[in-house]
Parts: sequence; C-alpha cells; structure tokens
Amino acid sequence: MIGLARDGGAILGLIVIGGTILMAALAPALSPADPVKNSLIDRLAPPMWSAGGSAKHPLGTDTLGRDVASRLLYGARVSLIVGLAAVVVAGVLGVALGLVSGYYRGFTDDALMRLGDVQLAFPVLVLAVAVLAVLGASLANVILVLGVTGWITYARIVRGETLSLRQREFVEAARALGATDRYLLWRHILPNVLPPVTVVATFSVARTIIAEASLSFLGLGIPPPAPSWGAMLDEGRNYITTGWWLALFPGLAILLLVLGINLVGDWLRDQLDPRMERSM
Amino acid sequence: MRAFLLRRALHAVFVLWGVVSAVFFLVRLTGDPTPFLVDQTATQQEIAEARTRLGLDRALHVQYLDFLRSVPRGDFGTSIREKRPAMQMVLEHLWPATVELAAAALLLSTILAIPLGVASATHKNGAVDHASRLASLFLQSMPSFWLGLMLILLFAVELGGLLPAFGSGSLRHLILPAVTLAAAPLAQNVRLIRSGMLEVLQQDYVRTARAKGLAERFVIYRHALRNAAIPVITVTGLSLGFMLSGAVIIETVFSWPGMGRLIVQAVPGRDFPVIQAGVFVFALIFVGLNLIVDLLYTVVDPRVRLT
Repeated sequence: MIGLARDGGAILGLIVIGGTILMAALAPALSPADPVKNSLIDRLAPPMWSAGGSAKHPLGTDTLGRDVASRLLYGARVSLIVGLAAVVVAGVLGVALGLVSGYYRGFTDDALMRLGDVQLAFPVLVLAVAVLAVLGASLANVILVLGVTGWITYARIVRGETLSLRQREFVEAARALGATDRYLLWRHILPNVLPPVTVVATFSVARTIIAEASLSFLGLGIPPPAPSWGAMLDEGRNYITTGWWLALFPGLAILLLVLGINLVGDWLRDQLDPRMERSM
Repeated sequence: MRAFLLRRALHAVFVLWGVVSAVFFLVRLTGDPTPFLVDQTATQQEIAEARTRLGLDRALHVQYLDFLRSVPRGDFGTSIREKRPAMQMVLEHLWPATVELAAAALLLSTILAIPLGVASATHKNGAVDHASRLASLFLQSMPSFWLGLMLILLFAVELGGLLPAFGSGSLRHLILPAVTLAAAPLAQNVRLIRSGMLEVLQQDYVRTARAKGLAERFVIYRHALRNAAIPVITVTGLSLGFMLSGAVIIETVFSWPGMGRLIVQAVPGRDFPVIQAGVFVFALIFVGLNLIVDLLYTVVDPRVRLT
C-alpha cells in the first residue's frame, strides 16, 4: 500500500467513500425527517439558505413534502448495495467462467466467448430496460440484471491471464508434482488473476452506481416510495423550473461518490497493475 | 483480405443469430409470453384466443423456427398500443430523430477532440491539458442525464430560455441533447489523442521530419496525427455504441422523439413487440458499426494485418 500518502486524489476518494458508507449506515440517526413520510403542507420547500427555506428541511423538500436530505441519506444505501452486490455477482460469475475458459480451452472456451460477443452486441442499458420490463422492477432484479450482464468483462481478462499462467513454470511444476486441476486453479492461478480483477471491479462499482441511477431515472429501479438517487432525479426533471434543488443534490451525491471510487480505482491500478496505463 | 471479410461477416451473422434468439427468449423468461403480447386489460378468454392466434400454443421449437423466418422480413408483430407494425414504428423513430442526435454528438466529440488532443500533447501540462484532464475525470463520474438536467437548468431556466429544454424540430432543439451526449466521449477522445500523440512525437520519423525543416504544423498534422489516430477510431466505434445506449436516456431527458425514448415508453404499457423490434435494431446497428470499425483500421494503418 505504498504511495497512498502521496496520492491526494486517492485519500480524498477514500474519505468520500468512507463518509458515504458511514452516512448510509447511520441514516436513521442522521436524517432530519422520515424519508417516505408525505407532508403536503411542506411541499417544494427550498433549501435552508434560500428565501423561504427553514432549518427543519436543510436541503428542502420534494413535491410530496418529503425531506430531501433524509431521502439522500437513505438513497445512498440503495446506490451502495446495488453497486457492490451487482459487482460481486458479475465478478464471481466472470472469474469462474474466465478460469474455466482459459484453463480448459476447447469447446467451452469457444462457446463462452461467442456468448460474450452476442451479449456485447446489446447496449447494456437497452438490454437492462428490456429484461426489467419482463421481470418487473425491484431491488433484487436490478442487482440481478446489472450483475449478470457484467460477467464478460471479468471473463475476458481472467481468461487471458489464465491462458498465459497455465504455461508458466510454477504451474507446470505443481502439475508435475501431481496437483489436480482444481488445486492448480484455486491455489496457483486464481491468486494471480485477482489484482487486475480488483482494479476492474473498483471501476465497475462506479459504473454500476451510474447504471442503477439511470434505470431508476427511467422508472425501472427500486419501486417508490423507497428513496433512490436516480428516481429523485426523475422527479427533479419534472419540477426543474420550480424546484432546482430536486435536480441538483441527488446528482451531486452521485458525482461525489463515483468520483471518489474512480480516484481510488486509479490509485489501485497504479499499485496492482503497473502495465495498465493511467487514463487521466 | 477476402478471407478476413468473410470471417467477419460470418461472425456478424452468428452474433445476429444470438441476438435474435435472445430477443425470442426475452419474453419467455417467465414462461408464457402471451400476457406480454396482448393488452393488459385482456380477459383470460382473450389471452387464450391470442395464444392460438399468435401460434403461441405450438411447440417451442416450431415457434422459434417461425420467429427466425419472420425476422429477416422485419416482422416483429403489431404494437399493442398503436396497432401498427412494431418495426415500422421503430424505424420511424430511428430516422431521422435518433440518427440526427447521434450524428451531431459524434461530430462534436471527434472534430473538437482533434485540436484539443493535439494541444494537450504539444503543450503538456498546459491549460488545455489540465482542463481536459479534469473534464475527463468529472464527466466519467457523473450520469450523462444529470449533466443534461444541469444544462437545462442553466440554459433553459436560469438564462431565461436561451435554449429550449424539451422537444425537437429545429437546430436549437438539437444543441443541448447533442452536447450532453457528446461531452463524456469528447473528454475521453481528447485524452486518447493526447497519449497517442505523446507516444508518436517520440518516434524517429517525427525527429527526421523536423530535421528536414518541415513546419511544425505539418509535422504534427501530417506525420504524427495520422499515426495517433488508430485508438481514436476504436474509441469512436465504441463511443457510437455508447451514444446509442446513451440515447435511450438522453432522449428521455429532452423528450427527443427517437427510438430510445420509444422503447422506454413502451415499457409501462408492456408493448413487447415494440421493445423486441427496438432491441433488435439497436443490436443490428451495434454489430454493423463494429464491422465498419474493423475495416477502417486497414484504411488508416495498412500495417494492420487482416487475419
């Protein structure tokens, strides 16, 4: 973990991520109000520093009079849960299939990679919209769709690494000593493919959070009244002339969290995978 | 060359077959597809009638072969909402609306990227370089639809309707959605051209060209840029895909009457023939673009071997 102290961006990123996790965990204690309780008398109250705002609702209220700050805090839970869970689903699936593909090659490899080609022919969002239209929108289905569609990225990287690792001397040596395929894959190959997978997974969390927000924005995410940043932006779009804060704050929250994750991802890439070029 | 073309074409056909199969099984994910293909208010008896009429009571493999035969004719059934051929509706929304938006965004993101990328490389750590680095970092970290909302807030609300927020019909309507869609790919292209140029400018032939006394502008645009263009073609191909995908959501933000919005609007009414046709057309365009990108490589860099 060298270089963290010198990488200001990564420190900032870790602080943002840590802060978001803390706020999401402590949402019940930190929230100024109930995130799903309507109060039509308070509807469309501006933030406290604007004319007509009050300290009762620091970031204002939405069209049903619900407290925006509280909804942001609870919405962080949805973003974090979907981002992490979908990446775990995609990662486990992709790493497993990538190992099998690269190690055994042959028909399985061909079939899996062609399947990946077909899947990559669909723009992810279009595919997700179509599948969610059939399955229905729910937290579990969003995780499932974003997770299952993400496997190919991991599978391709792991397959490539495995193809070269299986020829390496330390693997050959272990095989000569009588190690089984399972042992070789689990003890020798898997640990060596994990560094690039970690880097990809970090950036995937960031992309998945944006994808979840996009689906929620289109009304295909977590069903209302549960707060989600994307769904809040959908409402913000409809009231953009009367309630600018509805469109501003949830987007800022997404920007901060995703920026933090990307900064940490850049640092991780430098540490774990020096061959990859820095994108910035 | 011919072998390459044949291989790529075969691959494209294979992928399309996969796409068609995926579209076929999409509505069968939960078992019986009939409820997805009739009006939501249909009674049990109407559903049963539709099942017979649409041939959904036949064996799965018979339905599948039938579907494979109807796809080349563009027959995806009739829209439940509008009672018109679904494919016709999708094509009406693809052309001109979605094509117009994607083309405008593509032009913006590539044409602007060249001078900005070159300036970032030739003036490394200069103002343009720093600005493009920051822009790229931020644009990668925000949802494109939120950027769209902020542009609406700025140009349509705060500046008193300088540009229209919603709808289509004039060039002014095109500006905000096209800029929104182009922003992230533009920043990415600038960074790519920059790193490509930095690498190429180290090469011996660039030094030779300079030593010959050629004008710096000539060295950069005729010698260096041409060789830095390869990653840009890849990324342009990818960003076209990104733009189509992004169009789904950007069209919704700006009420742009394209096929992305058509698909999204088909979801609440569960208008599956339209969703199926739309998903198929999206994939078809995607596959076609990838093929074109592969071919463009050979034009830009004759060294790329076609195997």
